[in-house]
Amino acid sequence: MIKNIAITLFTAISTWVFSQPTADQILKKVDENMSSENRVFESAMTINGDRNSRTITSRTYAVGDKKSFTEYLSPAREQGTKMLKLENQLWIYSPSTDRTIQISGHMLRQSVMGSDLSYEDMMDDRKLTDIYNASITGNEEIEGRKVWLLELKAKVTDVAYASRKVWIDTERYIPVKEEFYAKSGQLLKRSTLSDVLKIQGRWFPTKIIFKDMLKQSDGTEFKITSVKFNQEIPEYIFTKAALKQ
Amino acid sequence: MKIAFKLAYRNLVGAGLRTWLNVIVLSFSFVVIIWMKGIITGWDYQAKTDMKNWEIGEGQFWHKNYDPYDPFTLTESHGKIPEEFRKEVQSGKMLAILICQGSIYPNGRIQSILIKGIDPKQTLLQLPTKKLDTAVNAIPAIIGNSMARANKLKTGDFITMQWRDANGTFDASEIYIAGIFATNVPSVDMGQVWIPMEKLQSMMILPGEASIFTFSNSDISRVQPKDWVLKTKRDLTASIDKIIKAKTVGQSIFFAILLLMAMLTIFDTQVLSIFRRQKEIGTYVALGYTKQQVVWLFTTEGAMNSVLAALLAACYGIPFLAWQAKVGWTMPVNASEFGMAMSQTLYPVYSGALVVSTVLIVMLTTTVVSYWPSKKIAKMNPTEALRGKIQ
Repeated sequence: MIKNIAITLFTAISTWVFSQPTADQILKKVDENMSSENRVFESAMTINGDRNSRTITSRTYAVGDKKSFTEYLSPAREQGTKMLKLENQLWIYSPSTDRTIQISGHMLRQSVMGSDLSYEDMMDDRKLTDIYNASITGNEEIEGRKVWLLELKAKVTDVAYASRKVWIDTERYIPVKEEFYAKSGQLLKRSTLSDVLKIQGRWFPTKIIFKDMLKQSDGTEFKITSVKFNQEIPEYIFTKAALKQ
Repeated sequence: MKIAFKLAYRNLVGAGLRTWLNVIVLSFSFVVIIWMKGIITGWDYQAKTDMKNWEIGEGQFWHKNYDPYDPFTLTESHGKIPEEFRKEVQSGKMLAILICQGSIYPNGRIQSILIKGIDPKQTLLQLPTKKLDTAVNAIPAIIGNSMARANKLKTGDFITMQWRDANGTFDASEIYIAGIFATNVPSVDMGQVWIPMEKLQSMMILPGEASIFTFSNSDISRVQPKDWVLKTKRDLTASIDKIIKAKTVGQSIFFAILLLMAMLTIFDTQVLSIFRRQKEIGTYVALGYTKQQVVWLFTTEGAMNSVLAALLAACYGIPFLAWQAKVGWTMPVNASEFGMAMSQTLYPVYSGALVVSTVLIVMLTTTVVSYWPSKKIAKMNPTEALRGKIQ
């Protein structure tokens, strides 16, 4: 009797263990899902302040994680502002001054258009598996969907966040929530991803809410209004000359 | 000569109210010029003394990459304490300071700051760093008055501070405001948080490193270590000199206007005297005075206004200036918002050179202004003058 129970239990555990992918496999699948050769998307970023909210719309062209070009479309005050990211360099063109400035050093820590996102949040384009050791620490349910909770600990020294927690949808392999921690363990930022749609055969979250946990605000909502993967993007877009056009 | 002085004095006193109005206006110029120049000298002295006491000591060594006006340099501007400085640092005659960037979140708002690490036991600067020796479950910190006011912070408050270590990794912790100091030097106050040096070094993973060194004795000949640049007291207070120079130019324009007004009255008085006293001029010449002597007499008369003005100025000016030197002049606007080392109350400093130069300038100007209309006498026809005919 005891022998039978042991065999059943062993079989059940083995099935569970071997059916569940490893943390690295999950992250790899997430990377495959979230990244593409290139993409063109339009988005609306709503910055919720203490007194009011404002929405900034933009169009972005991106190739992998290394190159991106964003043009702000509205409101009138931001219209025509352009941002170019090439590897670890970032330039911003302001039409009001007709000048292009490179954002570096401490300026990277400033928020993008007053949002909860800093420029440097947009700069780290390394793959998670390259900079973190991941482990599955739990299975949870968020808004009716089963998720894995992954804990990521930095394995390299030059990383912005010493640890992260990522909640990943077990079926769609997309993150639904992410928390960023300081070395001391203090929670610094949280992002919540939702409104998942199947676009060109892949699941993709179209709404992300970023929240700087040290600041008093309702966070910044980033809504992708249209996205197209694997488009033909002319190479000249990713040049400084394109900023002034 | 003696007669000329006697006559000039008698004529001046005889003119009564007209003379005294001139003298009062001129004496006012004396006092205002000396007071204003004294304020500027006092500000120069106070600013440099405060900078010495609070920030620069007798000079500093900066890391070669350090530029206080360029925050881009901060991540690269630190280095190991050089062997040449170690002895002086240990004896407390040289102070190592590490400077890094960070943010605090007072009342949920983000505020960029400079985090400065300093030895809590230091006595070289007037910063109350002893308060950093506080055992508390957070990082003890001291901040300046302006910083506290701008961020609505008070002693005993806890706020979150965020920074990135030398590798670029974010870290955050609570800081405890152990003390708030009042200083006139904004460069140790605005947007700055002072914490214990060792704590900052461990936070940043920069053990034994510093960004600047402040020393208390400039007479020691030191070997300038590689990567460190000497900044003398003169270099560090050059900005004050520039401001003072700019202010002095501005003040000179004001003095010129003030003097112009006083000189205008003297000039008018001289013109009127020569016009009304033509018979007198003719009589002097008839009595044997040369024309030059008459010119000299009238010039002396005009110049004597400044002597009387100096005496009058001394009567009420000395007590006033002495009182000002004691109580100072409190500016009607908040001096901490000027962004330079400036106390709310400025105490004028008067030097002998300042008083003598002012008196000489006013006297010389008065003499020139008095001589100018008197030149006309030399061209006068004595006979016509005796008749009182207008020439």
